[in-house]
Amino acid sequence: MKKFLEGSQAVARAVKLAKPGVISAYPITPQTHIVEGLAQFVADGELKSEFVNVESEHSAASVVLGAEASGVRSFTATSSQGLILMSEVLFNIAGMRLPVMLVCANRALSAPINIWNDHQDSITLRDSGWIQFYAENHQEAVDFILQGYRIGENPKIMLPVMVCIDGYILTHGMEVVDIPSQEQVDKFLPPYNPPYKLDVDNPLSLGLLGDPAVYMETRYAIQETLNDVLKLIPQVSSEFESIFGRRTLRLVETYKTDDAEIILVAMGSVAGTIKDVIDEERSKGKKVGLLKIVTYRPFPKEEVFSILKQASQVGVIEKAVSLGSDGPLYTEISALFSGEKGSPQISGFVAGLGGRDITKKTIQTVIELVKEKKASCIFMDLNRELLWEEFRV
Amino acid sequence: MFSILAAKAGSSKDNKTGSWCSVKKPKFLQKNCIGCGLCKLVCPEACIEGKEKNTYCPDYDYCKGCGLCAYICPKKDIEMVPATEEK
Repeated sequence: MKKFLEGSQAVARAVKLAKPGVISAYPITPQTHIVEGLAQFVADGELKSEFVNVESEHSAASVVLGAEASGVRSFTATSSQGLILMSEVLFNIAGMRLPVMLVCANRALSAPINIWNDHQDSITLRDSGWIQFYAENHQEAVDFILQGYRIGENPKIMLPVMVCIDGYILTHGMEVVDIPSQEQVDKFLPPYNPPYKLDVDNPLSLGLLGDPAVYMETRYAIQETLNDVLKLIPQVSSEFESIFGRRTLRLVETYKTDDAEIILVAMGSVAGTIKDVIDEERSKGKKVGLLKIVTYRPFPKEEVFSILKQASQVGVIEKAVSLGSDGPLYTEISALFSGEKGSPQISGFVAGLGGRDITKKTIQTVIELVKEKKASCIFMDLNRELLWEEFRV
Repeated sequence: MFSILAAKAGSSKDNKTGSWCSVKKPKFLQKNCIGCGLCKLVCPEACIEGKEKNTYCPDYDYCKGCGLCAYICPKKDIEMVPATEEK
């Protein structure tokens, strides 16, 4: 049923439809409304779930780890400082092959303390073994959660899933979103039935010591499983389409790339703004397109390569930076074309950190800059008056 | 794809951690032992058995040679000797 909802409330409803047995989270802006909504569902008796209040995000992640280990579907949500406080446990969750679902309301990292949106928090966790989806709008957030549970809990996958939604822009923005019925979701998402779990009648140890004789195989197994996830996503997505009537989860989404000379690359909600700019540029006869990365982990190398190779210039716009290097997405995309003949010229742009608006003007400027000399890491929309530039070596 | 993830209960017995003992191991002299049982209580591997005086000895399959038994023995009846020495 179509409803006009805040993104956080849409997420809470999607999670409710997935019927997790355990929910644990610690309040943090801008994620708070998600678990606030879920707490209300539990308090009102609309969702039969154990809502565990904890003293920190590290504990919240530990609670959902334990719940999944004992064979119970679980959910947690966090942002920014909360996510990196969880980080130790997040690596454990992936290493123990527990399909936890986490919604990250993307927010900048301290210092300086900043509650607004960028992608630095979840990008920092890219190497943890979690599957990562980046949503452009509320509908994608809802759909990615349902499909994320289905993919992560596949007995051949058993990996955790992080659905990343832009803080404020999606969490606090209101939009029309189609919330599926319980019947539809029950048809799509079977009860969680893991191949192994903690059970007093059949004792088992999980999270064992892995000495040098066995550790590398555990990492290789995750690497290969993530490659399998790339194959599974289109299958799950088409099954989702047959029940819900729409296809939202993809490896990548293309917008007017077929004949594009310039292709911009981006993730998350900024894709909407970029599509508007592309429409305007097209009306002026400029051949510009967008490649939206939906699945960032596993990284869909083949799809990204085959779409971008036809362009003359590529501009990667990202809300994160590996300080001292370049933007992580720029680095990965550049690596795909290493040694390839006839590669496009690829430039990297860091924009919108700490919630700075990425406006149409920002995108138009990027389109102008990609035609110039290749640049790996241009910070957009800087106010140079705020910089003490006399302090340079 | 998976690799080692779980172990059945009791599997720690299969893992002969005594192989980690590479420098020194305890030698129970069984001469001046008074049967106080402190060595058995303090052993982190719980691999020391014994009841009467001069009957205590460790299971070298699991002893890692930490030396706590020799340290706690009030009669200095346990010596740390090179791990390569015959038992």
